[in-house]
Amino acid sequence: MSYRSPLGHARGLGSAKQGTHHFWVQRVTAVALIPLTLWFVFSLARLPSADFDAVTWWVAAPSVAVALMLFIGCALYHSLLGVQVVIEDYVGSEGTKIVALLLSKFVHVVAGVAGIFAVLKIALA
Amino acid sequence: MSTPATSKTTPPRPLSPFMIGPYYKPQMTSMLSITHRLTGLGLSFGALLLVTWLVCLASGVDCYNAILPHLTAWYGKAVLVAFTWALLYHFCNGIRHLFWDLGKGLDMPTAEKTGWGVVFGSLLFTAAVWALALFVK
Repeated sequence: MSYRSPLGHARGLGSAKQGTHHFWVQRVTAVALIPLTLWFVFSLARLPSADFDAVTWWVAAPSVAVALMLFIGCALYHSLLGVQVVIEDYVGSEGTKIVALLLSKFVHVVAGVAGIFAVLKIALA
Repeated sequence: MSTPATSKTTPPRPLSPFMIGPYYKPQMTSMLSITHRLTGLGLSFGALLLVTWLVCLASGVDCYNAILPHLTAWYGKAVLVAFTWALLYHFCNGIRHLFWDLGKGLDMPTAEKTGWGVVFGSLLFTAAVWALALFVK
């Protein structure tokens, strides 16, 4: 049993250096996603067809490719921050929490890289 | 993290999600808050679906044509309608959250009014998007 107070443990370690960064980036990506989501939803709804040629032609247009990569990047970053909070809120045990956080981070980064690479491959083909 | 010594004397208390029901009366605003979180979590999986769709598109016509019949089938359309609503609900309620961050609309009558606005707005928005997709060419 430790007789040190919580303050004693924390003193001298400095701040966590994170401050309001998580909160702020969640909002920055949210604001960026307002126009990107509107564009994404209406563009998909306005696609003349869902077949291979029509969708490839749509993704390959430079403005669409850029907007799509921004949407994927912002959405996955926003998702990563959101899922992190859900895990921190509901996963009790410290070990499971760290594993879940790592897994979420890896899945989000892999999805982001794969999505952006797919768009680039189609656009630059 | 080391546990502070005082925690051994603190009796276990019910935590956040388990407060609703036995301790707190479910309210419209708290239900919308939970729905925001659930749609957000669902949309994380939706984002993975979007990436899978794009990776399949990039890997060629064979892969794409293998998944296309599922996307256009009734069950695929049902999943896409659900994702559309989840996205637009999270979108509308997210804007409500951004106004709260600016300190606007935090009083109960306004929060309930904007809450119903989000509920009906997201449903109308979803209907409009699917009408556009299916009937306007």
